[in-house]
Amino acid sequence: MKALPRDKKWAFTPVAKVGDVVVAGDTLGTVPEGVFTHRIMVPFRLLGKWTVESVAAAGEHVVEDVVAKLKNDKGETQDVTMVQTWPVKMPIKAFEERLRPSKPLTMQQRIIDTFFPVMQGGTFCTPGPFGAGKTVLQQLMSRYADVDIVILAACGERAGEVVETLREFPELIDPRTGKSLMERTLIICNTSSMPVAAREASVYTGVTLAEYYRQMGLNVLLLADSTSRWAQALREMSGRLEEIPGEEAFPAYLESVIAAFYERGGVVRLKDGSTGSVTICGSVSPAGGNFEEPVTQATLKVVGAFLGLSRERSDQRRFPAIHPLDSWSKYEGIIDSKKVAEARHILANGVDVNNMMKVVGEEGTSIDDFVIYLKSEYLDAVYLQQDAYNEIDAACSAERQKYVFDKVYTILKTPMKFSEKDVARTFFLKLTQSTKDWNRVKFDSQEFKDLEQSIFASVKEVSANA
Amino acid sequence: MHNVAYHRIERIAGSVITLRAEGVANQELAQVTSSFGTSLARVIRIDGDMVDLQVFAGARGISTDSEVRFLGEPMKVPYSEALLGRVFNGAGKPRDNGPEVDGERITIGGPSVNPAKRIIPKTMVRTGIPMIDVFNTLVVSQKLPIFSIAGEPYNELLARIALQAEVDVIILGGMGLKHDDYLYLKDFLEKNGALSRTVMFMHTASDPIVECLLVPDASLAVAEKFATEGKNVLVLLTDMTNFADAMKEIAITMEQIPSNRGYPGDLYSQLASRYEKAVDFEGSGSITILAVTTMPGDDVTHPVPDNTGYITEGQFYLRKGRIEPFGSLSRLKQQVNGKTRSDHRTIMNTMIQLYASYKETLEKQSMGFNMSNWDQKLLKYGQRFESEMMDLSVNIPLEKALDLGWEILADCFAPEETGIPTKMINEYWPKKG
Repeated sequence: MKALPRDKKWAFTPVAKVGDVVVAGDTLGTVPEGVFTHRIMVPFRLLGKWTVESVAAAGEHVVEDVVAKLKNDKGETQDVTMVQTWPVKMPIKAFEERLRPSKPLTMQQRIIDTFFPVMQGGTFCTPGPFGAGKTVLQQLMSRYADVDIVILAACGERAGEVVETLREFPELIDPRTGKSLMERTLIICNTSSMPVAAREASVYTGVTLAEYYRQMGLNVLLLADSTSRWAQALREMSGRLEEIPGEEAFPAYLESVIAAFYERGGVVRLKDGSTGSVTICGSVSPAGGNFEEPVTQATLKVVGAFLGLSRERSDQRRFPAIHPLDSWSKYEGIIDSKKVAEARHILANGVDVNNMMKVVGEEGTSIDDFVIYLKSEYLDAVYLQQDAYNEIDAACSAERQKYVFDKVYTILKTPMKFSEKDVARTFFLKLTQSTKDWNRVKFDSQEFKDLEQSIFASVKEVSANA
Repeated sequence: MHNVAYHRIERIAGSVITLRAEGVANQELAQVTSSFGTSLARVIRIDGDMVDLQVFAGARGISTDSEVRFLGEPMKVPYSEALLGRVFNGAGKPRDNGPEVDGERITIGGPSVNPAKRIIPKTMVRTGIPMIDVFNTLVVSQKLPIFSIAGEPYNELLARIALQAEVDVIILGGMGLKHDDYLYLKDFLEKNGALSRTVMFMHTASDPIVECLLVPDASLAVAEKFATEGKNVLVLLTDMTNFADAMKEIAITMEQIPSNRGYPGDLYSQLASRYEKAVDFEGSGSITILAVTTMPGDDVTHPVPDNTGYITEGQFYLRKGRIEPFGSLSRLKQQVNGKTRSDHRTIMNTMIQLYASYKETLEKQSMGFNMSNWDQKLLKYGQRFESEMMDLSVNIPLEKALDLGWEILADCFAPEETGIPTKMINEYWPKKG
């Protein structure tokens, strides 16, 4: 079966001229595809320099029509069609150089963008036990991520989840382009009951397509769900080949295979000077959420950010269940990292106080410590958590994040005095309630401003005592 | 050659026999006749002209000169409306002393439905159990395991769901059941008048191990057939751990390289090909699967529950006779609980969050700390929640359960202590007096 219909006509516009000298990856012409311009490139497998002998005039062509003829100095000629073929397990290297990731990739999720940011061209992983919300998180990312193209490699996951994407995405509007979300989404569907060899190949198919679009100067996000299923497929095949098993019966080459896969992400400068990026997010599903296992460990060695999902937080219905203390990111985010570090410090202190309270009891805790604990819970409830069911709170723009973080930070930094712990608790319960209401109204609307005012009025009351 | 009798068996190990034969297809059936009687067998591996066969009745009594005759077709089970109310073994033979069922013979273990041909699940299955209906709604075409441990009343729970669930047909597949459990399930359904819409495929612990492997396939093949005829089918399987153990037994006898804890490397694929049969056909019926998986040593990282959890759309934990609110999850609930009643999601999240706080307070109490005002409120709430919502004997429809939720909340807390959006409170909070 062919992936693209062979009889559909596409509008081809030539870019290269006869006599131009080109190399693999150079653009010969363009074709409009949905919301972006698809480049027809010199086949990536060609070595050395080639001269354009002829190129088709602007017009309608089917994908298998010859659109250009090339010749090299040895006199060999090459017909170029609009079809590129490439072995999926080899990285496409038809670019000038790899660059360091420098632009943040926002997901409109506060805990990610503020606390554990990701960058275009970076790699990150979301390990977690089943039921902690990996797939929901990936679906949110595929919806709100600030990229040109999203590729979902559903590797050995549930058919039902793919159905959801297949049926819902065409209906959803991408706020960036105003067109259907499906126009920027590509799904590699290999659900759990499909053949194991195809499962092993599916993540490679995903990353190869990502690299292909990167060659057009686009920013691509690849979401692989889940790399553990892929590793299991490797294990299953390795067992069938009667190879000597390594740790937990995974093949001995598991680590190098995982490293090679993540290394295919990155920002590149193309030969025409433009840049493109492939960001890779792999979800990992370790048994029982225990990260001490080969797949998670091998992944952690090669990624730039680790968003660990915890069973504890998902049991408490704190969504997204990304653990705010265990997770880390080596990337630069949209918010001043000093302030973020301070906010994390408050969270860590809050956990310490809570642990201490479990030993000495509430009555043995000083009221100042108790307020630190309440502040950390407040930060968690109103900033780290997002209500995915709420239309407005489900996606928090970078601009809003900057604004809200600043306000929450001010509240956290305000010294407060309370006569009794119960008074403090009641105050924070009310404050949490109203801040959550604030999160659920439109940014910069009148309601937003009114709620903000009332929140700060109540904060002022308790800080005035200080 | 079909209709050729082979009389030379090269090797017998466990329930697997090996012989040289030609022109044989994988998964093809054969008939093995020994001095102990006749049994069916299934081709499970072909290596050159060496053919491995799984003998359904076990290889006991088979001698190296027993007769093997290939039948030229894969395993099939009969299908007709007359299956309802009947009990069969894994190989599709009646075990209720009734007659054989005439009907279309359908192949078992076929491929699952293409995702592009499925529809998004959108109908809830009402069970009358608040822990399911309110907190983790079961949805048509969902596949859900019940994680439990030996000794828990999981078969009782299945029986209650079978009785109360609003579906057309129930298929009950038993694997490695104690004979008592089998009789309990049968009697319970019979006594409560549900047997007439039930088909049972039963394998008990003393039956040949190979038949255990056939139970899910036979159950799901019949379910698929009912579903294509417009019926909403609920498939109940108990216990999938026995099924996995049977696979392990066969794989080891076949000298396959074992993977985690001795289970075959393809455990995930094997489980997935069964669970993925759950489907909602466009314009026709559906299959919903509930499967008990007992966790050896209550260890969720054991390969069977672990792999299952990554295939299924959530899980129910059954511990101490109750469905645990933590860990239990229905991944499809958000497809339906937005449309039931506007307060459904609020009640669902708020009650669980407060129950989590109650658990913390319990811990504090057991350490002997003073209980603050807030702790007292939580204690009162937790006890009411456990006895009026979590108890498995509670049987109330969803709407009643939601009302009960508001009543419990109002009885224990002030509105702003619950974290419920102000709009919701204005609409639903019970007025005093």
